[in-house]
Amino acid sequence: MKKMFIAVLSVAIAAQGFGQSEKFTKAMTAAIAKWDSAKTADDMQSISATFERIADAEKTQWLPYYYASLSQVIYGFMKNDMANNDAFASKAEALLTKADGLQPDNSEISCVKSMIATMRMLVNPQARWQQYGATIQTELENAKKQDPANPRPYYLQGQNLRNTPEQFGGGCNSAKPLLEEAVKKFEAFKPASAIAPSWGKAEAEKVLATCK
Amino acid sequence: MKYKLQPMLPILPLLVLLLSFLAGSAQTAVSGKIKDGKGRPIQGASITIKDTYDGATSDSLGAFQFKTTEKGEQTLLVTSIGFKLHEQKIIIAGTALRFDVVLKQEPNELTAVTITAGSFEASDTKRTTVLSPIDIVTTASANADVTGALKTLPGAQQVGESEGLFVRGGTAQETKVFIDGTLVNNFFFSSVPDIAQRGRFSPFIFKGTVFSAGGYSALYGQALSSALILESVDLPDQSSASVGVSTVALNAGFQKLSKKKNASWGVNYNYVNLIASFALIKQRPDNFKIPEFHNADFNFRVKTSKTGILKFYGYFNYNRLGVRRPDIDSTILKNAFDLTNFNLYGNLSWKEKLGKKWHLYLGASYSTNTDKIGNELQDQHNQVVTAASEPYDTKSFQVKQYGDLATIKTVLERRLYGLSAIRFGGEYMYFTDKNDFTNKYTTSFINEADDHFKAAFAEADVYITNDLAAKIGGRFEHSSIMEKTNIVPRVSLAYKVGSKSQASLAYGIFYQKPEKDYFLRGYAFNDLLYTKATHYIANYQKVSKDYTLRIEGFYKKYEHLIKTYGNNNSGIIDSIGNDGFGDAKGIELFWRDRKTLKNVDYWISYSYLDTKRDYLNYPYAIQPNFAATHTASLVVKKFVTKLKTQFNGSYTFATGRPYYNIRYNNSAGKFLIADQGKTIAYNSLSFSVNYLPNIGNPKAKRFAVWVFSVNNVLGSDQIFGYNYSYNGLRKDPILPTSRRFFFLGCFLSFGVDRSDDVINSNL
Repeated sequence: MKKMFIAVLSVAIAAQGFGQSEKFTKAMTAAIAKWDSAKTADDMQSISATFERIADAEKTQWLPYYYASLSQVIYGFMKNDMANNDAFASKAEALLTKADGLQPDNSEISCVKSMIATMRMLVNPQARWQQYGATIQTELENAKKQDPANPRPYYLQGQNLRNTPEQFGGGCNSAKPLLEEAVKKFEAFKPASAIAPSWGKAEAEKVLATCK
Repeated sequence: MKYKLQPMLPILPLLVLLLSFLAGSAQTAVSGKIKDGKGRPIQGASITIKDTYDGATSDSLGAFQFKTTEKGEQTLLVTSIGFKLHEQKIIIAGTALRFDVVLKQEPNELTAVTITAGSFEASDTKRTTVLSPIDIVTTASANADVTGALKTLPGAQQVGESEGLFVRGGTAQETKVFIDGTLVNNFFFSSVPDIAQRGRFSPFIFKGTVFSAGGYSALYGQALSSALILESVDLPDQSSASVGVSTVALNAGFQKLSKKKNASWGVNYNYVNLIASFALIKQRPDNFKIPEFHNADFNFRVKTSKTGILKFYGYFNYNRLGVRRPDIDSTILKNAFDLTNFNLYGNLSWKEKLGKKWHLYLGASYSTNTDKIGNELQDQHNQVVTAASEPYDTKSFQVKQYGDLATIKTVLERRLYGLSAIRFGGEYMYFTDKNDFTNKYTTSFINEADDHFKAAFAEADVYITNDLAAKIGGRFEHSSIMEKTNIVPRVSLAYKVGSKSQASLAYGIFYQKPEKDYFLRGYAFNDLLYTKATHYIANYQKVSKDYTLRIEGFYKKYEHLIKTYGNNNSGIIDSIGNDGFGDAKGIELFWRDRKTLKNVDYWISYSYLDTKRDYLNYPYAIQPNFAATHTASLVVKKFVTKLKTQFNGSYTFATGRPYYNIRYNNSAGKFLIADQGKTIAYNSLSFSVNYLPNIGNPKAKRFAVWVFSVNNVLGSDQIFGYNYSYNGLRKDPILPTSRRFFFLGCFLSFGVDRSDDVINSNL
């Protein structure tokens, strides 16, 4: 009786565990698909909330926090409402801090850190460059070091340079090598799992195309 | 029973688990609406059943719906940026649920109303910023002088004959300067008759500037009109060295940041000599000692914790100059003035967060200043003339002025609910001043004045809602030299009228002890009172990323101003009293636009001032000679990327100021106006160019900035007032020392790419 009880219990627990992780992967896959096809800022905000729900329910998974933060940042950029950028950035930062706590020194997380700094800088570039410009740079360098195979820091750096006027050291000439490097790395990049970050290839190619 | 039940018990949760699996297929619909306190729908709020994946985001009408497989008692969470978390218990029993939720606004510094009546702020972080620190150094007419840039803001007068900020009908002495919380004595270089002096400190050491033209906080006192509150910079971004060469100065500096980026130190040395400038630009007075300055400063900054920083700034100055001008009471004699100044200043401040809710600000500063002034009546060969008759007998003299100030200030701040906070603290200032005067009739006539000045203050920021805030404060002061105390109230209110606009009101009483000279010159007085001003200010402002509009109206009432009494025209004052009074009222406008013209940033300010006062030897209340009725400035900045050059222009206009010859009338037995008039209107167009050749070359080892500037490009006639002869028969205009002034300099920095500053001011 006792043995049987333990057997039933362990099966039940295993089933629960399996069910849970399958549920997680399924929910994440669905959310990432929705994220890929998001068209409006509001879609993006709603997806960020979906990721946050998954993250808060799971508590130990960094990916949903990462995606929640990333989509919050993209929502901020899409919304293009400078007055509220700081609020969006704070929200994204709070989510990313949780991801960072679960998965320290992660290259993908460093990329989002640089994006958050970019968003904060754009509120008042003149006054904020000194502070956030340095953060953007440091985080992208960190991202490269943490995972040399990750194409996203190259793409982000290339894009930043593409958007900087030539006279200030930006423009295609300096952006192109980085974007080409990014595209090369995207070709070789294998995400760790079906739900691991794999975005950016199409965007990098699009930015590169503007330089041809 | 006991035995039988035991193995059954662990199975119970298992059964529950199984049941819940079975129930998993049944879904319950949840829907509702999310609104704010005013009943407006909130879009983008996230609705979640706690610890589940189930939830939704509200749409543009605030509506949401989703399905859940959860059962029983659950917690519903609603979050939205700018609102407080809403949490409520719900019971899911299979039937569709509907919730209408009202979210409470989260107090938010970004959207909350801020108290702005009376003050202009230049800082990197605050939303209410009107100017950024970079604006101060790129304002064409400012010549990289902090107060020069502030003179393009409404409220400040264009006074060219003496230094300081003359604000809203107040004298320069009515504006006090504070660095990191503590009062600074001798903020400007020592006065020279009829020539305005610059501020001592480089604008690059300040990251924040608050220029209050009235109604300022209870944390500050002893300034009847205005407070200029400066905050020093924190740790540098990286180590760097700098060298500068210009037509007026040579300088070199070094800043070292520790490897851990938690501490830094730096030194700078600046040598100013106007010999080259004066050789090229014709000077009206004869500079028999070309102005020569040695300045050095030293700083260190240490992060004492994640939230705390300890900062020290030490400054040293030694300078000499001598100017000779024709004597107004003679056609052949000259008046020669020479000055040697020695100044030492140190400021130590510490900011720290204590626990979760408390902040501590501690500041201490010390300064010592010595001015050695000599005035001589000279003949055509520049030899001393000793004359026994009035008014020549008193024209040759020597005076040594010593002034020390030691001050310490503590402020504790406690955060209350939301953005509300209380602040309180105290300060102690020890002033020691000494005058040593020698002339024909007296040798080493020494007067000393010491003052132990104490103040305690408390202030509360009360956010009644996110849109309505009040700042209520009080200040208690005691001066030992006056043996008098005072208690003053300060109140401001601000109400947000739109998402970008707000209206504010401020009221306050301000006391200031009479200037030290009244205690040092041996005048007779009984029972001197504090001079007093009462401010009433109404302000409206609209600030967006691209535009700033401010309209401010004020009324200021002066009481107990110092009156001076005498019985002849020699300028000798017998006694002083507190019977002076006056008032000032006006309207000021400020408009800044960064958008309409591409790559052009401009601002316009206009001040209307109606003021009269009866003080010093004025026979009755008249418009003082430092006050113009209309003042306007236009400042334009444009960066041309192709040329890697920034062009700055500024134009200032002020209507003529009154001037008076106030003489003692023997038959009337009092001072009367013997002559009066109005100067011509003041016009000044200034222009400057900053060329940055290394901009955009991130690999450049050094970064260069070339600066060229011209003041009064058009060479407009400028008359600041008139000096009258002893007999009142001759009047000489007070003119700038040269018609135009040119400056050319090249500044190099190594290690740190300063182009960032410039690039991003134009993104």
